[in-house]
Amino acid sequence: MTAQAWPTPRPPARLKGWRERSVLPGFPLALGVTLAWLGVIIVLPLTALALRPWELGPQGVWTTLTDPEVLAALRLSFGLSALAALLNAPLGLLIAWTLVRYEFPGRRVLDALVDLPFALPTAVAGIALTALYAPNGPLGTLAARVGIKTAYSPLGIFIALVFIGLPFVVRQVQPVLMEFDRELEEAAQTLGATPRQRFLSVMLPAIAPALISGVGLAFARAVGEYGSVIFIAGNLPFKSEIAPLLIVSKLEAFNYAGAAAIGLVMVVISFGALAAISAAQAVFARRSRP
Amino acid sequence: MMRIRLPGFAPLMLALSVAVMGLLVVMPLGVVFVEAFSKGLPTYLATFQDPDAQSAIGLTLVVAAISVPLNAVFGLAAAWAIAKFEFRGKSALMALIDLPFSMSPVVSGLVWVLLFGAQGWFGPWLQDHDIKIIYTTTGIVLATVTVTLPFVARELIPLMQDQGSDEEAAAVTLGAGGFTIFRTITLPNVRWALLYGVLLCNARAMGEFGAVSVVSGKIRGLTNTLPLHIEALYNDYDFVGAFSAASLLACLGLVTLLLKTILEWRFSSELSVARRR
Repeated sequence: MTAQAWPTPRPPARLKGWRERSVLPGFPLALGVTLAWLGVIIVLPLTALALRPWELGPQGVWTTLTDPEVLAALRLSFGLSALAALLNAPLGLLIAWTLVRYEFPGRRVLDALVDLPFALPTAVAGIALTALYAPNGPLGTLAARVGIKTAYSPLGIFIALVFIGLPFVVRQVQPVLMEFDRELEEAAQTLGATPRQRFLSVMLPAIAPALISGVGLAFARAVGEYGSVIFIAGNLPFKSEIAPLLIVSKLEAFNYAGAAAIGLVMVVISFGALAAISAAQAVFARRSRP
Repeated sequence: MMRIRLPGFAPLMLALSVAVMGLLVVMPLGVVFVEAFSKGLPTYLATFQDPDAQSAIGLTLVVAAISVPLNAVFGLAAAWAIAKFEFRGKSALMALIDLPFSMSPVVSGLVWVLLFGAQGWFGPWLQDHDIKIIYTTTGIVLATVTVTLPFVARELIPLMQDQGSDEEAAAVTLGAGGFTIFRTITLPNVRWALLYGVLLCNARAMGEFGAVSVVSGKIRGLTNTLPLHIEALYNDYDFVGAFSAASLLACLGLVTLLLKTILEWRFSSELSVARRR
């Protein structure tokens, strides 16, 4: 732990002018570098993304986006991402719980492995998942025996999205579980609460904001995911074609404006979802405050 | 402290966790190596004697060697401005830094094509001046830089906010100059978090697929990075080759994971709060 002599929680700064005076040097240089880099790498490119679709005219943008193939791809991407993120909630909670609450040999290894989906490049994950779930792969054969087609179907995409989303939930929930006040739980226990009640009305409200934000992050990542999905997807139009792949094929046909339109819609919907999630999180946080 | 443990519950939770992790996370890693060595060591090694593979490895190293330092410098500058000073618009700035995390990698590549592609905003001008960006290393670097922009800044900002600026302020009153303060106080204080961010940034830069695939043109031996080379081999049904090349990136991932875990154990208090275990 770092020794902190004066823990000074900053009040939300009421600024006169646009910044507070400071004795430290280097502000103009640091801010200048930051703004220049963000301007070139983020703002300029995103301006192009926001403006270029309109070369088609409002009518053209509408036609592009309501094309049945595009609609199907958007529905598939957002729908499967939501489902995968929702499954990540119990899976992530389970793993975070196990890592925080129990002591067992290999706990640290398991903890480190949680980040593997982050660390494994997406193309590697993509071909590996495909090899596992292909009809002749070890898990694909098992699934085929009970009549389920995994790879080259929406289910395959779903598996890949669950894979890449898992760390987000674990890593959001884990610190909150670690900080959670055991005394609250013990108090509930002495008051005669059943384990079920303790979990549902003491634990869950406390970890809900973290759980929601983990699910939100997993969802945002899944919507845009490309590398780990395209190998296992099969990429059949209307069936297993994800929205990012559609952007790639529009670009290959030199339909820049069309590609930009789909890209813009994806960015806007993702942002809307993230904003909604952070609003929901704020509500939960307020409600669970004693 | 008392551990509330329900009898019979712990083994079940543990078993379930291990099953989920094994099935979902460990098996994909394992299959990479199983497939890579399925035809023996000579076949495995042959993959790396292919000039296209060597060029892909070289390009991947070059792209990371350019992108990572750029974003490290950016991360340090952004953290200095955001953590050490109070100014309006700070949260907007932080949201902007986070943006690439919530964008599809494909979109991170697409935006550069919209600017510099043949029909991009600056496409005709570039053509007149005989400058190529898309389908060259420059384009690949731009796409990689976009995707990896937040990594270092995200590690440094919360840590430097935590650390405050008392030490730096004391140095100012003693008459130290800006770069001296940065070099002798701030940098040593954040070095492990910086290394942590650089590790993650590098892993992503070397493994990036979606953004790079949009801007590279996938010219074998020329603009294929290692992840794109894996795709090319896979699409040629050279599965052993694809998995052999993939095993190299899987090792990169494992080494990153190992180093990151070591940093979390050894220097926990010198990392941003979210990384403390």
